[in-house]
Amino acid sequence: MASGFNPASLLASHKTGHIVALGLRFVANGDDWCEFAIDYDRRLVSDAASGILASGPIVSLMDTAAGFAVWAKRGGFKPQATLDLRLDYLRPSRPGHAVTGRAECYRLTRRIAFVRGLAHDGDPADPVAHLTATYMLLKDEA
Amino acid sequence: MSDVALLPYADFLGIRIEGVRDGAPLLVMPFSEGLLNLQGGIHGGAISGLLEIAATAAIDATLEEGEDPRSVFKPITVTVDFMRPGLPKHVYACGRVVRVGGRIANVAVTAWQDDPDRAIAAAHMNLAITPPADKS
Repeated sequence: MASGFNPASLLASHKTGHIVALGLRFVANGDDWCEFAIDYDRRLVSDAASGILASGPIVSLMDTAAGFAVWAKRGGFKPQATLDLRLDYLRPSRPGHAVTGRAECYRLTRRIAFVRGLAHDGDPADPVAHLTATYMLLKDEA
Repeated sequence: MSDVALLPYADFLGIRIEGVRDGAPLLVMPFSEGLLNLQGGIHGGAISGLLEIAATAAIDATLEEGEDPRSVFKPITVTVDFMRPGLPKHVYACGRVVRVGGRIANVAVTAWQDDPDRAIAAAHMNLAITPPADKS
């Protein structure tokens, strides 16, 4: 576990917000990574006929996992902002399946955190999306 | 410009078409608590979602009447730059179709809050064009 950062207790203190609205579930974390999942939801599809999850919820899933990976690596919930992110949509996720997103903060400098991640719908070896993102580390207001 | 229908996920975010700007649909995502991140700003994922929906709407607007847009375009990549924090108020977005080729469409999109000249985020998106007969 990461020292000084507890995703479960941070999330427990927030009853509203985008993570709650989307139904993102915290799965697990380590000292430089974090995993979230999103259950299949008909309201989140791109097309009612195909039932395929829209790409937007995948971005939110991966941006959330990535932000938490940076907090894990920084060892606490400190101010930061997404600088940029790129998502490659490798294939559509299968209707009815939950999507799991895991992000790893593989490099931390004084000002920037570099993150990569993958999303899958059951088999990590057959991912649905790939993430690259950077975060700006902001000064602690305290 | 043909009529543009937004996807179910757009309804989930509360996004609606506000008008037309430079020939493309102008979208608004009204502020709601369900858009906030843990730091009190608009979640980057929600802003990205709005940008993607605006990009798709911009392409849809170029289609002929009767074509089914959702079976024609699939996202391949999206790259988003965040320039300013998303404050807890409405977010606007509008896309510009850079090129629609035989297989790929490329769209540039910006999002702003008070001033269209002060973008809070910008994205470019590549989408695959699938012929209507081949919906695999």
